[in-house]
Amino acid sequence: MASLRDIKNRITSTKKTSQITRAMQMVSASKLNRAEMNAKAFVPYVEKVQDVVASIASGSNDASHPMMITRPVKKTAYLVITSDRGLVGGYNSNILRTVMTKIRERHTSNDEFVILSVGRKGKDFFTKQGMNILESATALPDHPSFADIKEIARKAVGMFSDGTYDEVYMYYNHFVSAIQQEVTEKKLLPLTNVEATGSTASYEFDPSAEAILEVLLPQYAESLIFGALLDGKASEHAASMTAMKSATDNATELIDGLTLSYNRARQAAITQEITEIVGGAAAQE
Amino acid sequence: MKTITVNIVTPDGPVYDSEVSMLIAVTATGEMGVMPGHVPTVAPLGIGAVRLKKDNSTEIIAVNGGFLEIRPEKATILAQSAERATDIDLARAQEAAKRAEALLQAKNADTDFKRAELALKRAMNRINVYEGNS
Repeated sequence: MASLRDIKNRITSTKKTSQITRAMQMVSASKLNRAEMNAKAFVPYVEKVQDVVASIASGSNDASHPMMITRPVKKTAYLVITSDRGLVGGYNSNILRTVMTKIRERHTSNDEFVILSVGRKGKDFFTKQGMNILESATALPDHPSFADIKEIARKAVGMFSDGTYDEVYMYYNHFVSAIQQEVTEKKLLPLTNVEATGSTASYEFDPSAEAILEVLLPQYAESLIFGALLDGKASEHAASMTAMKSATDNATELIDGLTLSYNRARQAAITQEITEIVGGAAAQE
Repeated sequence: MKTITVNIVTPDGPVYDSEVSMLIAVTATGEMGVMPGHVPTVAPLGIGAVRLKKDNSTEIIAVNGGFLEIRPEKATILAQSAERATDIDLARAQEAAKRAEALLQAKNADTDFKRAELALKRAMNRINVYEGNS
């Protein structure tokens, strides 16, 4: 049996750990609130852009744009959104596992696809796998603004336009609720099925529908990436909160068990002491 | 007096939402004034100031690109960034303008001139809007 002092040390250190995890849980909870608000603020923007894209695409004019045309696929890009740090439960591993399964299904060699990675965890993982990472963005703030992601979004869309790859899939954790996140796969480019969320009107185009698409489609694709990132961030904070909550619960359980054995050991020591005294007194007589 | 609802939305959230009597924006083809009852139109915007006339006052908002969607009773501006004059960080805009100018003047072969020029344009636009003249 471990000595009294050993047990006591373990209790103290477990208590300290649980204080930290509890604090982290609360921090994540408040970050989650902000992240949810950010995601909500973004909704009107993306809906509006989508409406306009849909009304142009479904309009009678035969306006077309390279970004809307499906071409034979020689190279695929995977845009994977992960977190920068750990301690988020299964958040990163779920995404990475899904991506790996899909890649193995679709491709036989590493030359057939490239990775665009957001978040350090994804970058580290794909580097270790020896895969071709074309672009990566790390150290994003907890509440990213559009300017933070603009660079990689612009490049992701640009490289599709200049033919570096012919389709783009996006992977991120969709925020369902504070305890549930879903790995989501979304085909980002080419933009083939854009559906209107509200009523569509028939517009005049100034100067022309093509010129509008020229501005609109990259903006739309970039905003989809940003939307996924916001969604992913909300999921990250939720996952981190859940992970920290279960860590705290586990620590509490551990402390209970340790306290019990501490008391047992203490009692055993007392009993032993009494026995020794009684034995000593008996020997005196 | 008839009014038109103007919404300015960016990925970081709505910036402006109000009734105005006239909206003037810089589109790709030139300045465009929009009044209530305008025919439904979509037009891309340049980097510039959007002027919103309301009764006797005019509010100016710095808009960086994006596009303008008009319906008879509602106009929406979707831009990647937009700021009201009061929200503009003047020091930051001046800093950005200086940086872009230095880049343009250095004439390095590996600078992206188009991007530096756009950055300068955005910074100048912000400074102009901040100072209240468009």
